[in-house]
Order: sequence, then structure tokens, then C-alpha cells
Amino acid sequence: MAEIRTLPEAVAELVHDGDTVAMEGFTHLIPFAAAHEIVRQGITDLTLVRMTPDLIYDELIGAGLVRKLVFSWGGNPGVGSLHRFRDAVENGWPRPLELDEHSHAGMANRYVAGASGLPFAVLRGYRGSDIATRTDTIATVTCPFTGEELAAVRAINPDVTVIHAQQADRHGNVRLWGLVGIQKEAALAAKRVLVTVEEIVDELTPHADAVTLPTWAIAAVARVPGGAHPSYAAGYSVRDNGYYLAWDDISRDRETFLAWLREHVLTEEVIAQ
Amino acid sequence: MSPSPDELMTVNAARALTGARTCFVGIGLPSTAANLARRIGQPDLVLIYESGTLGSKPSRLPLSIGDGDLADTADAVISVPEIFNYWLQAGRIDVGFLGAAQVDRFANINTTLVDRGPGKSPTRLPGAGGAPEIAANCGRVLIVLRHSRRAFVEKLDFVTTVGHGAGPEDRARLGLPGAGPVAVITDLAILRPDPATAELVLTDVHPGVSVQQVCDATGWPLRVADTVATTPEPSDEELTALRDLKAAP
Repeated sequence: MAEIRTLPEAVAELVHDGDTVAMEGFTHLIPFAAAHEIVRQGITDLTLVRMTPDLIYDELIGAGLVRKLVFSWGGNPGVGSLHRFRDAVENGWPRPLELDEHSHAGMANRYVAGASGLPFAVLRGYRGSDIATRTDTIATVTCPFTGEELAAVRAINPDVTVIHAQQADRHGNVRLWGLVGIQKEAALAAKRVLVTVEEIVDELTPHADAVTLPTWAIAAVARVPGGAHPSYAAGYSVRDNGYYLAWDDISRDRETFLAWLREHVLTEEVIAQ
Repeated sequence: MSPSPDELMTVNAARALTGARTCFVGIGLPSTAANLARRIGQPDLVLIYESGTLGSKPSRLPLSIGDGDLADTADAVISVPEIFNYWLQAGRIDVGFLGAAQVDRFANINTTLVDRGPGKSPTRLPGAGGAPEIAANCGRVLIVLRHSRRAFVEKLDFVTTVGHGAGPEDRARLGLPGAGPVAVITDLAILRPDPATAELVLTDVHPGVSVQQVCDATGWPLRVADTVATTPEPSDEELTALRDLKAAP
């Protein structure tokens, strides 16, 4: 059963040094507030898993908390580079970053395998690409029925998955809607699940296409209104595209980034309750 | 109305979608072209974005593949595994529309890293995203990028996404179901693979562009078709639609 917690309590309880952490949300519902809290608590040596590292992991990488990144597309969507990610990969600043790199289809299937309790997933992918030569989490299998050679990708089972959702009820049942991305699979693949939500309600709002995660599949829920910003929560906020554009300048230079981190993350008061 | 090189590229990329029913859209140049196609004669073109939208009809150009407008205007919003497994991998999508940092003469794509010379670490690019499986599984593939010797290279620094491998048999040998790249559309020209060799051949130049200009901007000895066509001048309707699309707030 999910405990209703403050964000600092939930992060301290569930996220530890050295953990493999997936903070998912495909452009929509990215759990930024939880990442800021990880920075404030200085939780480090993390292996971070995410299809699109986005600004959320650019920040954590630049803060020096990340040992390894498992991902499939590391850009600032529609804007350009993730400069902190590039600086870590190209120059080892502030620390070297190990990569386990995939395609989106491969990552999606790795989560599906993890959520299914299987050791690997099968897809028709990677053939002829150099991607498979750089990782030990891609192999080939031969279909026992047709003889077709297919790609096998190793399951992802994070120690903890963190997602943001629109609503939870007082029992900790969670509902999210809009672009639901990979969150259900990422949550069900994990040992522990932390969900930040826009609001806690008496009755979850019925919504076509919604994903519902029952309280007994979740470790903790924290109310964090606006917790996805500069990503967004459909029905509550819109994507702050101006912020994504501004990140290009904030993150390009090390000192500018560190000043931003001090001013906007390390000194920020948490409004969750 | 005089078109810029980028406008020539985008209008021709939109025209290349003629006859397509469904299009898996990459962000950036492909998204601009696919949304333009819906405004210049293909209103029923189904746009599919990897964030999980089938049939998006955005009123303005999205910045990311997950802008709310894409979901709000979609026929269906589905999960990421579903879009890649059920719709893309199962072969339900006609055209895959991709950008690239580098392409080679067989329309293979690099979006992963670019070498900077000995002793220097490579420039890191975003990586694969959906491209390898889009190029593998869509019925056919269109590639759109700006033409330069840095982009059109003799040898890719990294093969992220297979176009035609190293020749006409390679897609079948690798078990890639779709036909692969059928056109590379740039701000100077259109290149198409020779059916016999799978090597890209210059078939069309945009108005005012010379064959020599295209060859000079290509990092390998570019093959030139016996007859090189000139792409039709963009119409006022096409240019107005494109400029309105880009100006929309």
C-alpha cells in the first residue's frame, strides 16, 4: 500500500546512493520536482534509466550524481543538445559517464520485459546498426517457430521508478492520462515506485485512456502541484517550451549551470505537503 | 514570393508524401514537412508521433514530439510500447520521415556521434531515438536534411540507422521489411537510390541550383542521373501555407 508522504521524506526513504533509478514520462509528466529533491539530498552514484534523458537528467548529470546512463535519445527536444550530457560524455565533466545506449523500440521493450517478469524481450530491430556493438544488453535470438533471427534486449528492473501523475486518491491509487508514454511499464518493472501527483482527491476522475496504478503497486505518493514543470500535466498545465529554449543557454556553460543549480534547485523550498 | 533554400526543401519534402496514408514523423524538419503536407492537398494524412499519438492534427508546429497539442488533436493516444510494437513493427505505417546529422551514399544515417580527429573525443549527438526501427519497418523512408560536405560523407562515423547498407541486397539480408529510403530531400536537391545499386543518384535540383553545386556539397563523387529534373517552383499556396505554419504562435 502506498504511503502518502512529503516529497523529501519519500525520496529519502526510497532513493539511495548507487541505485538504478528510472524517472519516466515521455515529454509529458516528467517528474522534475523529484529530481530537484534528489539533487538537494545529494543522492549520488546513480544509474539513471530513461528513454529521453531530457532536461531532468541533464541537471542530475551536471550535478555530478550520475555514474551511468541507460537511454535512447539524448537531446533537448526541438532545441538541440543536452549540454551537460555532452560535457560528461565528451570531457568527463564533472565525472565520466558510462553509457548503455539503445533505440526507443529497444528501451520500450526492455521495460516491457521488466514489467512482465521476463529476463529479456524480443523485437525486430538493431540489424546492421552499430548500436548493438557498444552494449552487452543487446543480443540475437532465433525464433523457435520460424527460424527468424531477432534482437533480444535485456529486461530493465530499476531499484526505484519515479513518475508524476495527475491524481491520487487518499488510499494512494494513482491515475494519469494524456500521453501515458512508458510510465506503466517503468513502474511495474521497478522494485519500488514513487509517484508525485498534482493533487490528492476523494474520488479519481474517470478519464478515457487513463492509466490507473493501484495503491498496492506503489510505495509512496507525494503531492507536488506543478511537479512536472517545465514538462506538463495534461489538464493542469502546458509544456513550458520557453524554458526548454532557455535551457540551451543555462546549460551550455558550466559556471552558468552551477549558478542556476544553486539558485533554482539547492535553495528552493519544497511546497509539497 | 521567392522561396529560401529551406523552404524549397520543406515544400519538396511535403510533396514527397503524396499518396501516403500514414506517416511516422520525426521532430524538426520532418514534422514541419508532414504538417505542411496536411495543409497543401493531403488533409487526411495520418501523422504518427513516437510519443504515442495516432492521427495528430496540430494547429501549430510542435516544439517536441510530446507537445500537448499532438495528444489533444489525436485520433488515439497510446503507450510507447504499443506505438513501436503494434503499429510500427507490425508494418502498419506507409512512410517514415527522418532527419539526419550524416548520411552516406547508401542513405545510411548517423545521429550518434561525429569524429573530431585523432586525440579528440567525438562530438556527441542525441542518438537513435525511434529512427532504426522506423527505417526498418515503415513501407518506405524519406530523409530530409541540409546539404553540406559535413553531412553527406564518404563514410559514416557511426551507423545508427540502416538505409540500404552497402548495396541493393543488404536490406533483405538483414531482414529489414520495408523498402528503405526512397528519397533524400535537401535544400539543394533530391537524391534517389539507383534500383540496381542502391547508391544515391542526383535526380532533381531545386530552381536556381546547379548540378555542380550539389556535387561540391557532397562528400563523395556523387552519381548524376542522365537527365536531372528541376523541381517545380513552389506555388504561392505552398509558400503561404508554410509561412503561416511557421508563424503560428
